[in-house]
Amino acid sequence: MNLDPKIPDGPLEKKWTTAKANYKLVNPANRRKYSVIVVGSGLAGGGAAAALGEQGYNVKCFCFQDSPRRAHSIAAQGGINAAKNYQNDGDSVYRLFYDTIKGGDYRSREGNVYRLAEVSTSIIDQCVAQGVPFAREYGGMLDNRSFGGAQVSRTFYARGQTGQQLLLGVYQSLSRQIGLGQVKMYNRHEMLDVVLVNGVAKGIITRNMVNGKIERWAADAVVIASGGYSTVFFLSTNAAGTNVSAAWRAHKRGAGFANPCFTQIHPTCIPQEGEHQSKLTLMSESLRNDGRVWAPKKKEDCGKNPKDIPEEDRDYFLERKYPSFGNLAPRDISSRAAKEVCDEGRGVGPVVAGERRGVYLDFRDAIQRLGRKTIEARYGNLFDMYENITGENAYERPMRIYPAPHYTMGGLWVDYNLMTSITGLFAAGEANFSDHGANRLGASALMQGLADGFFVLPYTLGNYLGSIPPGEAGKIDINDPAFADAENAVKESVGKLVSIKGKTSPRSLHTALGKIMWNKVGMARSKESLTSAIDEIRALRERFWNDVLIPGGGDELNIELERAGRVADHLEFAELLCFDALDRNESCGGHFRVEHQTEDGEAVRHDDQYANVSVWEFTGVGNKPKKHVEPLNFENIKLAVRSYK
Amino acid sequence: MSEKSLNLNLRVWRQKNADAPGKFVTYKLDNISPDSSFLEMLDLLNEQLIDSGEEPVAFDHDCREGICGSCSLTINGIPHGKGRMMTTCQLHMRSFENGETITIEPFRAQPFPVIRDLVVNREPFDKIMQAGGFIDQRIGSAQDANALPISKETADKAMDAAACIGCGACVAACPNASAMLFTGAKMSQLNLLPQGQPERYKRAINMVDAMDANGFGNCTNIGECEAACPKGISLDFIAMMNRDYAVAKVKRFFSGAA
Amino acid sequence: MTSLGKKYIMAVSGLILVGFVIGHMAGNLQMFLHPDWINAYAYKLQNLPYGLLWIVRLVLLAAVVAHIVTAMLLVIENRRARPQGYSVDKPIQATFASRTMRYSGVILLAFIVFHILHFTTQHVHPEFRDLYRPLEGVGTIHGAYDLLEATGKNHVHDVYSMVAIGFSAQYWYISLFYVIAMGLLFLHLSHGISSMFQSVGLRNHTWRIRLDRAALVIAIALFVGFASIPVAGLLGILPYQDMVQGVHHMHPPTTP
Ligand SMILES: Cc1cc2nc3c(=O)[nH]c(=O)nc-3n(C[C@H](O)[C@H](O)[C@H](O)COP(=O)(O)OP(=O)(O)OC[C@H]3O[C@@H](n4cnc5c(N)ncnc54)[C@H](O)[C@@H]3O)c2cc1C
Ligand code: HEM
Ligand code: SF4
Ligand code: FES
Repeated sequence: MNLDPKIPDGPLEKKWTTAKANYKLVNPANRRKYSVIVVGSGLAGGGAAAALGEQGYNVKCFCFQDSPRRAHSIAAQGGINAAKNYQNDGDSVYRLFYDTIKGGDYRSREGNVYRLAEVSTSIIDQCVAQGVPFAREYGGMLDNRSFGGAQVSRTFYARGQTGQQLLLGVYQSLSRQIGLGQVKMYNRHEMLDVVLVNGVAKGIITRNMVNGKIERWAADAVVIASGGYSTVFFLSTNAAGTNVSAAWRAHKRGAGFANPCFTQIHPTCIPQEGEHQSKLTLMSESLRNDGRVWAPKKKEDCGKNPKDIPEEDRDYFLERKYPSFGNLAPRDISSRAAKEVCDEGRGVGPVVAGERRGVYLDFRDAIQRLGRKTIEARYGNLFDMYENITGENAYERPMRIYPAPHYTMGGLWVDYNLMTSITGLFAAGEANFSDHGANRLGASALMQGLADGFFVLPYTLGNYLGSIPPGEAGKIDINDPAFADAENAVKESVGKLVSIKGKTSPRSLHTALGKIMWNKVGMARSKESLTSAIDEIRALRERFWNDVLIPGGGDELNIELERAGRVADHLEFAELLCFDALDRNESCGGHFRVEHQTEDGEAVRHDDQYANVSVWEFTGVGNKPKKHVEPLNFENIKLAVRSYK
Repeated sequence: MSEKSLNLNLRVWRQKNADAPGKFVTYKLDNISPDSSFLEMLDLLNEQLIDSGEEPVAFDHDCREGICGSCSLTINGIPHGKGRMMTTCQLHMRSFENGETITIEPFRAQPFPVIRDLVVNREPFDKIMQAGGFIDQRIGSAQDANALPISKETADKAMDAAACIGCGACVAACPNASAMLFTGAKMSQLNLLPQGQPERYKRAINMVDAMDANGFGNCTNIGECEAACPKGISLDFIAMMNRDYAVAKVKRFFSGAA
Repeated sequence: MTSLGKKYIMAVSGLILVGFVIGHMAGNLQMFLHPDWINAYAYKLQNLPYGLLWIVRLVLLAAVVAHIVTAMLLVIENRRARPQGYSVDKPIQATFASRTMRYSGVILLAFIVFHILHFTTQHVHPEFRDLYRPLEGVGTIHGAYDLLEATGKNHVHDVYSMVAIGFSAQYWYISLFYVIAMGLLFLHLSHGISSMFQSVGLRNHTWRIRLDRAALVIAIALFVGFASIPVAGLLGILPYQDMVQGVHHMHPPTTP
């Protein structure tokens, strides 16, 4: 596996400029001869499709929703970072770069991250020009807020719908290209395989989700921007349709998968209410600015009305453990602390599967101090949302929160040009591993998606296409045996799925996988938990392939078939995630190995062995994957230990 | 947290595909937690159907938190159900009574044909957007974002319009299946902003023409759209569209383009 | 024609009709004054110079035709846009008036036709054509009296009696029909007057409430104003009731 990161030489600030200056170009008149397939219409995919269409390439874009506008990027609430320094509070490209590397616990590439910080400013310019209605101050200038513990205000936002507004901006650019015929959009199409001709990505196989038709598509290059894989945990803050399938199928065709164990858990989600639940809802972290997190000291109090638990029987555990940061301790630390409390049997809320999983986030003191009006003004909409979901009034009774899987830093390995280890196959957005290391900062995923789609791929992909002679462009034959083989493989697996006709629904198998993952590979991982998780996943996979029940056939709109295909991929991928977690003998960012912690439960990194990227090669389902390592060179930043005491 | 559980009768529209005739089928579903969301209730119905070897009810959904606009459904005659300012996925079962019969139909409109059961095709919305719902601005060519100040008032108003999630409830609720609320919102967001001015009138004409070409009905100012809209999009944006379109037509007439 | 084009036509033709109806009602209320008022007024209208009467009639006719034809197109297209209705159809907030514009409109059309046959062409009661009365010089406000003096005529068509008899108890069903029609006009306009402004884009959230209220006030005023006449006729309580001529002692027109 070729893992040359292809980071340009020279000083950090010059790398991207140098790279752009050296990239090959395609003559504008020739561009229409080249075709590109983009899988995904989120910020990354939709952005790339629009930008490439605008440049004159022939683009085909695919998404599984009924419209490109519904990609999961739409759900992001908080905001998007950019090193604009509009607030004159000392921000700079370098500072955003530094914060991102540090926030990622020193597990990302300096070159990529610097580029991300560098293009961040153009993103805001671009979005505003497109009509994204960011929040403004009375003077007419853009407003910013400080997000996720950053010491500067560099986050741009549009009410609580930043992701939606950014995605709509992308969708509008994309719509324009679709209207012009530069981009062909295929909604309700699910990519089920990548086609390699002589080892080079030249197309994909999709299933039309309306009529079940399996189709071949050819192009000179393929981009995968299919989002993250948090749904491997079943319950997460991600949309129900989020899946690993596109990335996983690319991996099975030879694309290296990097750092799958780097997953992020968000501390302030509404806890699970019962077995019926299908997703967990994220609530803004800003709640922790005024709420105090606690759990009962005594197990017997857990079922009581919190009002009846006297002050001395409450354990404000974050304030106790982290006196200086208190309730504002970082995402991973506060998440783990909540889990520990619940593991001790001191969780609150409804009993789900024999346990109470939740802690209180109490606004009583804040309401006493600031008055209910102020709290209402600050968090009114969040309180309403909480009441709508739980039926409880958080002004009168403390909120219950619990951590939930939220984002995945791992993904397809890509070089500086966002090309995977398969020539001609690119990966962008949450689907790649590139910029966030072991932990992502709040408001940086949107930034990365747009950076990849609008500002990186249009150059790097052009460079790749420039290496294909115009005479060969667009000359891929979908009757090539490689296409036939891939199509047959897909048809076979669809046929197999619908013919099993066992007794268990895909959803219940997904739930079962989620339980294994959350309990054993979630917030805290150990050698034992991971080894037994692997065994259980294998057993579950076995059960899936013997006992899954999918009513109906493959040649119609079949929601259970769609689900089953995704669950099947998760069942294979989950094992890889465990192997990676088992292999990474350190605690780092979102990856916490109980064996590697200080006496006070702080994560312990092992930079000597693991300041690198683990890239996995597929060796067959059920086989131990093969590990490759890409070393990380830190030339500008000194590695340090995080401390929040 | 509620204790009691619900037993329900669900009268659900079943239709195998776009060409097949559809009909209502009634299912009994017991022991539903009042804390579950409407879609989770349907998940459980589907689990029950699968267990008994029947085909599950197809419905669109994705984010399940009221932002992607995937979920649809007309519940007891109201698109997205009786909850005001919320989508079907945000509706919770605690607002239903034990023993209640709930009628669940797809969004109905000629331009939104049923694909299967409760799933409809809302692509005409994309077509309207492709006709003019954008600002013609080349990626990478923008000036500094703060070079052009925009008053907070204007920005907020544009944001009000931009909140539309493209769910189609406005069309479903309108007795005339008109798409004016959607089109008005999408158009006004851009027509309000300074960046949208150069193409303002062209946009008005193109988007309205696309809306008409896709077979949506005519607005008669009844206002059901606004009431059903999960994002509270205001009728004001329809008025703005009406005005911009009129001005556009007059301009076009006097420019000789007819 | 585009959807918005149709909206503009509905609004503009509606506006013309509303303007007419308001003027018409103001004119009609002269029934509560001395008969000279309405008789002279009617005479004046009939004898407007430059064919103004016909111009106005043509404009009104055009407005009515445009209004009806467009309304029909709207109804047809809107039906086509929703071929399959809901099995449970529950309006969320729509007013009864807004949902029944097409029905109130159609009945109004029937009413308008009848109304013209009734009092304009007098086909319903041809004998009304023979009602004449000399002016007594009251209510010279229209200048009709002077006009008449100049021609040397002193008898005019007795519109006052025609209306009073037309609405009298013996024709109670006609009065009833008028009152019902005016109720429908009220319905139609309680939505229409504000809706008109929305259609041409001259309404926003603040003005919507004001215009809705104004529409209600105008529609009520129109209803009360119009309906008061058939009601008064039916009950025989017009202030100058004793001046109503019976159809049996009509004065033949006096030739000068
Ligand atoms: C609740 C929530 C809140 C968030 N808030 C923030 C925030 O405030 N700030 C921030 O920076 N980030 C936030 N994030 C993270 C951020 O939204 C995502 O990481 C980012 O939007 C991902 O964009 P993307 O383009 O990579 O993928 P997505 O937007 O997920 O798009 C994936 C696309 O791929 C398509 N696709 C997937 N699989 C297939 C297939 N097999 N075949 C065809 N098409 C396929 C889908 O249809 C879709 O179009 C949040 C995330 C969540 C869940
Ligand atoms: C002659 C028979 C009539 C018919 C068939 C009719 C029908 C209709 C219909 C179907 C509408 C709803 C269309 C819409 O709102 O877009 C409407 C609106 C309207 N009508 Fe009528 N109508 C009639 C008479 C009248 C009369 C006599 C008046 C005035 C006194 C009138 C005034 C209006 C007004 C102001 C509107 C609102 C226009 C708008 O919304 O822009 N109509 N009519
Ligand atoms: S206007 Fe409202 S109801 Fe219509 S599509 Fe937009 S969000 Fe949905
Ligand atoms: S599922 Fe996304 S809005 Fe309902």
